[in-house]
Order: sequence, then C-alpha cells, then structure tokens
Amino acid sequence: MNRFLLPIIAFFMLGAVLYIGVVHSPNKSTMASALLGKPAPAFELPVLGEPARKLKLADLAGRPWVMNVWGTWCIACREEHAALLDIAREGRIPLIGLNWRDEDEAAQQWLAQLGNPYSAVMIDREGRTAIDFGVYGAPETFFVDAAGRVQYRHVGPMTPEVWQREFLSRLPRGPSLP
Amino acid sequence: MGVLATQSFAIDITVMPTEAQQQRYDDLTHEFRCMQCQNNSIADSPVDLAAELRRDVKEQIIAGRSDAEIRTAMVKRYGNVILFRPPLSGGTAWVWITPLVVLFGGVVVAVVVVRRRSAMLAGDDSAVDTEELPEEKR
Repeated sequence: MNRFLLPIIAFFMLGAVLYIGVVHSPNKSTMASALLGKPAPAFELPVLGEPARKLKLADLAGRPWVMNVWGTWCIACREEHAALLDIAREGRIPLIGLNWRDEDEAAQQWLAQLGNPYSAVMIDREGRTAIDFGVYGAPETFFVDAAGRVQYRHVGPMTPEVWQREFLSRLPRGPSLP
Repeated sequence: MGVLATQSFAIDITVMPTEAQQQRYDDLTHEFRCMQCQNNSIADSPVDLAAELRRDVKEQIIAGRSDAEIRTAMVKRYGNVILFRPPLSGGTAWVWITPLVVLFGGVVVAVVVVRRRSAMLAGDDSAVDTEELPEEKR
C-alpha cells in the first residue's frame, strides 16, 4: 500500500497537468487578444473606393463598432462572408472592414461579386494597423465599444452563433442603429 | 561556397545603418516569437507577418527607441506570448518557480531512495522490514 501510494498520486498529478496542458494549449482560435479592455490602437487609413477619404479611430468614437480583418487571398474569409452579409442586414452595429495585404482591385471585385457587408473598408496594404491590433491571421473580428476599447476578438470565420454569443451580447440594449 | 550557401538560406537580409543597431536588431528579432508558426522567432520565419514585425523592429530602432520600449510595444499588441522568455512578474512567476520546485522534489526523492538502498545493502535486514512497519507510513 505504502510503496504504491506515492507513485499513484504522482501519476494522477502528472495526468492532471498534461490534461490541463492539452485542453488549454494556446490554440490559435482561442488565444485572447492582448488588447482586451484596452483602447484600440490609433490609425488613419485610406478608404477602399473613396480615394479622397481617410478613416481615423476618432471618427468611429462614441458608439460601438466591429472591425473585420480580411483579404481576397484568405480562404476562410470567403467562408464567413455570408455571415457578414447577414450581420450587415441586421444593421445593429457598423461593420468596418480592414482589407489586409491586398490589392484594391481584387478587393473591389470581391465585394462586387459576393456583396458588400461593410459600412467602410480601410486599406492596410502594408499590414501596419493589423500589427497594432495584434492580428496574426485572417479572418479576425474585433468588437470596439463606445469608449474606444477593444472588448472582444474572434479568430477564424465569423458564424451566426459566435455573432450572437460574443458580439450581440456586448452591445448595449437599445434601438438599432440607423 | 560556404558563405553563398548560408546567404541563400538566410530568411532575413536586413542591413541596419550601424553595426550597433545591427546587433540590437539581430538580438531583438530572435527574442520575438512568430505568431503564425509559434516555434520560430521572427528572425527565422519566412511568413509575411514575421517580415512585417521585423520591419517594425527596424523602424523602431531607427526611430531611436530603446530595446525595452520595443519589447513593451510588442507585448502591448500580442501579449507575453510573443516573448520566448516571459518576464518575471506576479502572473508569470509560476513559470519560473515550478521547475525549481519539481527539481528540488526530485532531488529529495533521489536522496531518500539512495539512503534506503544503501541501508539495505549494508546487510541490515531490518531496513527492508521497516518499510512495512506502520510508523513508516506517510
């Protein structure tokens, strides 16, 4: 009894450590953003299809908005596009696109073909703003609250379930936005 | 030939204006994890994101930022995960302390086992028997 007790305890403790390690391993789809609860990084980016216009972080202040990072080279972005169109139809919150490392023409063609869910698409060809947001793969979707703080980041294709659970739930109750 | 081979495999061929800056650049880019291929540093990774982060390190060095400021800026965006050597702070202390505790426990166990065995080898039969005695139980 005595000589087996310690090894058995050690075995289960090791098992517990490994189990926790496997279950909570830094899975790419669950890694939390370092920006959560912190102010969104400042940016000033040209707007796709409107060469004279630039969009700044300050322009979006005062109400919650959602930023979706995408590119025409990103296969999973095509996968989530229908969900984004549904979100746009819902019209609860402005959906701002961040067109990442892309060509303007390809991006415009994509939107013309598949439909445009975005209130505006910002062009981040060199990936500078994406880095500031801690983006490491597309698609990623950020929820920024009315005070300009990042409240949530979803990695991977948007789905109606994720939208319902993680984004709509963070929206203050009230009339839908115009 | 050797030089040629090395260069053709090098992922990063950035040249900094001064030698001191080059040294800092090389050190820093080896400190940051490539977030897309997590066991490579940004210096060793061929993906676009690593190239963009290297560009960022280069620009920050040229802008006159210190190593600590550059590290802070990276952690602010990507979190401590981006550092291969996480800083010693309240939240990360266990990362550094746990291995020492486990090592210490191992040494204690080893010493106890060796002592018991040498007691047995010394021909003291009672040492074998004491293992089964109640007072030895833990």
